[in-house]
Amino acid sequence: MSGSTASPARLESDRDGAGRRLAFHGALDAAGAARLWSEAQRAARGARPLILDLAGLTALDTAGAVLLLRLEREAGRAEWRGLPQGPLQALVERTRTALDQPQPKPAPALPFLGRVGEAAWDWGQGMLRQVIFFGEALVGTAGTLRRPWRLRLSEVLRHLDEAGLRAFGLTALLGFLIGLILAFQSSIPMRQFGAEIFIPNLVGISLLRELGPLMAAVILSGRTGSAYAAELGTMTVNEEIDALRIMGIDPIAWLVLPRLLAAMLVMPVLALVMNLSGLLGMGTVMATLGFPPVAVINQLQNWVRLKDLIGGLSKAALFGLAIGLVGCRAGLGAGRGPRAVGDAATAAVVGGIISIVLLDGVCAILFFRLGW
Amino acid sequence: MAESKAGEAVIRVRDLAARFDGRTIFEHVSFEVRRGEVFVILGGSGCGKSTLLKHMIGLYPPAEGSIEVLGERMDRLEGAARTALLRRIGVMWQSGALFGSSTLAENVEVPIEEHTDLPPEARALVARVKLGLVGLSDAAGRLPAEISGGMAKRAGIARAMALDPPILFLDEPSAGLDPITSAGLDALIRQIARDLGTTFVVVTHELQSILAIGDRCIMLDKEAKGMIAEGDPRRLREESDNPVVRAFFRREVLE
Repeated sequence: MSGSTASPARLESDRDGAGRRLAFHGALDAAGAARLWSEAQRAARGARPLILDLAGLTALDTAGAVLLLRLEREAGRAEWRGLPQGPLQALVERTRTALDQPQPKPAPALPFLGRVGEAAWDWGQGMLRQVIFFGEALVGTAGTLRRPWRLRLSEVLRHLDEAGLRAFGLTALLGFLIGLILAFQSSIPMRQFGAEIFIPNLVGISLLRELGPLMAAVILSGRTGSAYAAELGTMTVNEEIDALRIMGIDPIAWLVLPRLLAAMLVMPVLALVMNLSGLLGMGTVMATLGFPPVAVINQLQNWVRLKDLIGGLSKAALFGLAIGLVGCRAGLGAGRGPRAVGDAATAAVVGGIISIVLLDGVCAILFFRLGW
Repeated sequence: MAESKAGEAVIRVRDLAARFDGRTIFEHVSFEVRRGEVFVILGGSGCGKSTLLKHMIGLYPPAEGSIEVLGERMDRLEGAARTALLRRIGVMWQSGALFGSSTLAENVEVPIEEHTDLPPEARALVARVKLGLVGLSDAAGRLPAEISGGMAKRAGIARAMALDPPILFLDEPSAGLDPITSAGLDALIRQIARDLGTTFVVVTHELQSILAIGDRCIMLDKEAKGMIAEGDPRRLREESDNPVVRAFFRREVLE
């Protein structure tokens, strides 16, 4: 509504009897209102009565009208002079009506204790839903075991490819680097005791038992857990999950089980890739320290047991299950709107990593009791 | 304050053609939109109505022809001149396209904050006025996910109007709305056109909406790959001898 060629807005203020007269000139559009906003407020402060002289205006838009009405409200009452009848008058009236409409009251802020309680309640609810989801997945698995043809094999293969095959390169690279770093770091103190030959024991056992499965799980959580959450979250937002339910198809069997199965199957393989490339990295450091490969392999054969490897790989499968569960649950529990998908992906990665570390602790105790 | 007298053309589309990957959506489309009118682009699904709109707001470059908006070549402008022209048009998207993580008031404030130097208090007041104009004062603090489809369209209009643009483009305003909500939206469009003198370009295929709001219209057709009618929709309904136009206005199955 503002004239593009109109002159910029200008304000003159002078005393008018007991009151104060503010005379606006030029185009009182968004740019003019922005420039005059504080100047006009200062000039109008304490003016009784306030006179708004608008005879010099060439243009007015909503922002300008808002400024004039703001001045009027500050002063309590204002005398409007020189506002031409017609569109400008109508604009001011419309703006006045819109500003006078009742505003919603903001919700009262909770006190600190209330917020803590709310957060704790939400956390508890989240955990409860996770447990419920675990139960649903178990029931879904039982149902699929009775009717195995319900499992979509092509879907399982797709996820195996997605989560496994495509992660091999990254896993091998990280494994190699971790083996390299571990061996190099431990070589420094070991050298003081002339014990470099024991580096393969140290790195081999820590990789096979702990670091291999754990690092592979972190990769799976970041790559695949978040992808599950984003994919299922988008489907939830688009009401695709509701559509499945209404068609009488169990989303657990249709969407979740293939993903869980894929995550569980792929994790031991990823952990194995991690282990082997880690040992290769360690071997590289040993070679630079002057130990031939045969010495390293001898050392590993004598000291690293098969159950270290088996224990680590079975732990990896458990991690895979946990990551799949947390990721799918985050996706299916997504709220509404575009932010929900992002929140679900974040929840999947954070929840996945926490759960694998917790499970790792449980496994450590369990293996100790079992004498592994 | 009108920049010049009513009735003069504010948008000129000349011999426009749209092609994607060698496929022609439409060609030889020419028309003018006059100041202060509600101009409707209508046609069946897939005829390129929304594509035409996206050409007019400068989102797609034309394969052929030219588009002039408020005296400037929309398809040729770049940089600051383009931004200045875009400031003077408002677009309501088919889905509302409200930013999901901001409240309705914050959504309306986005263009104000970007394009003016108004202080925060003034921005909030202008946003309040715009939401008040579309009847959403009491929903100002709500998120887009918490409101209905009709409210989202209204909020989309409020955001499009944030900078008092002389031209508003609306993409399918009544799609997916119930008849009452849709009629309410039509009334709102007429009211804004009458009170503010805003020019509207509306893409729609809702027959009742077209007859309720349209001053003039053009009709696109998928088969003809172009315009098949232009004029007052009420007269087209009565007088057109094009079978597609007649079938459209009478909701008949085309033989």
